[in-house]
Amino acid sequence: MNKPAAAFCRLKQKPANLPGLFAVFKAALGREWRMQVRRRGDLVNPLVFFALVVVLFPLGISPTEDILAPVAPGVLWVAALLATLMSLDALFRPDLLDGSLEQQLVTGYPLAPLALAKLGVHWLLSSLPLILLSPFLGIMLYLPWEAQGVMMLALLLGSLALSLVGAIGAALTAGVGKSGVLMTLLVLPFYIPVLIFGTGAMQAAISGGSAMAHLSLLGALAALAITLAPWAIAAGLKIAVSGE
Amino acid sequence: MWKWLKTLYHRLGSPKWFYQITGSWLPWFAGAAVVFLGVGLVWGLAFAPADYQQGNSFRIIYIHVPAAFLAQSVYIMMAVAGVVLLVWKMKMADVVAQSLAPFGATMTFLALLTGAIWGVPTWGTWWMWDARLTSMLILFFLYLGVIALREALQPQEVAAKACALLAIVGVINIPIIKYSVDWWYTLHQPATFTLTEKPAMPASMWVPLLIMLLGFYALLGWSVILRARAEVLKREYKAGWVKELLQRK
Repeated sequence: MNKPAAAFCRLKQKPANLPGLFAVFKAALGREWRMQVRRRGDLVNPLVFFALVVVLFPLGISPTEDILAPVAPGVLWVAALLATLMSLDALFRPDLLDGSLEQQLVTGYPLAPLALAKLGVHWLLSSLPLILLSPFLGIMLYLPWEAQGVMMLALLLGSLALSLVGAIGAALTAGVGKSGVLMTLLVLPFYIPVLIFGTGAMQAAISGGSAMAHLSLLGALAALAITLAPWAIAAGLKIAVSGE
Repeated sequence: MWKWLKTLYHRLGSPKWFYQITGSWLPWFAGAAVVFLGVGLVWGLAFAPADYQQGNSFRIIYIHVPAAFLAQSVYIMMAVAGVVLLVWKMKMADVVAQSLAPFGATMTFLALLTGAIWGVPTWGTWWMWDARLTSMLILFFLYLGVIALREALQPQEVAAKACALLAIVGVINIPIIKYSVDWWYTLHQPATFTLTEKPAMPASMWVPLLIMLLGFYALLGWSVILRARAEVLKREYKAGWVKELLQRK
């Protein structure tokens, strides 16, 4: 007989000889790494998008330092939000279409750690390059030097929350053919706190204050997202699979 | 009493029972809405004393405050309906959630619109990036997101579950968004205008406000039941009792 707890988190009872959850998590990490490294376009395009959006602002507003420098934190963060959203769009759809998501669902292992493995690799391959690219774009927007380090640290913490929260939207819209605009509509309102604290940290650094308060809040958001979002992602993926 | 409520809850879970039970509720909700809104509007707009600072322009709160109140509570109701759907698999919860979303979006829009109209004589501008206005605008986008997600997903059960999940995620996030926006406002705009802290209103001002609030809730009940009944007929059009109903008329 299934115990209620077992019935809640897995579809069938796990036989004793199967590998433990940690081994499966490691295997999932390896699989995601191989899969995502091979989709080079999906990795590079969001970065190009990030740079392009930033380049549009001097053209649209003014190329002078005294106008660009004050808006630089906001421009960089908005561009980073949108680039993260773009990179998340095709996160689950290939797995849903080729049936591997359904296979993961029937393995009997909880889906949340597997989704977390996917997002960890995705963060490493698309958010980390974005963070490394950001100082160069910061220089182009006349961002003061003292804000560069804070920006990278804020992006490091903020992008964790962005990836995980955005993945909820990606999971919910995985079954929709062209979900770009829909996902933006679903996810962007949830990105607002990260945007506020991220730009707040940079503005605190520019004005010579301490950015610790904002960075701590970003860290709190990231911690909250890491603990809660995988379960929502897993629930969203189950819904998406049931719709196929 | 408790047992009666439990039976009622289970009966409302069946589309057929829901349709039959709520039919007799409709005139009550409609009547209450008409009476409360009528009394509240006439009292608030004509007889309540004018504000000593804002004059007559304050009277828009008799629409603005109930609308803003409902805008927030309807989202929470939607999330509660989502929990009921996901936990107890009660399909009627989704019908109610679907009926709630457009009403909530309308109320949010009404609150924003009346706020903008009130802003012209009071602040001298249609829009200010005030923390409350901003978080209301974000709430409006959250509603639009739920509605858009339902439109986009195809099998109805999938759309129902996805919307329920999104509403629950939204409810967890709303306080975070609200506090971050509050903080952003205090950081970016050091108090040029503040919504004056709620003055202790005399009873002649807040009693009509309370009546308006009750009227809005009655309107909510009426609108949701009306929409839900139509949706039940649409979803159950293959069921025998719906065919019978349609043939009788």
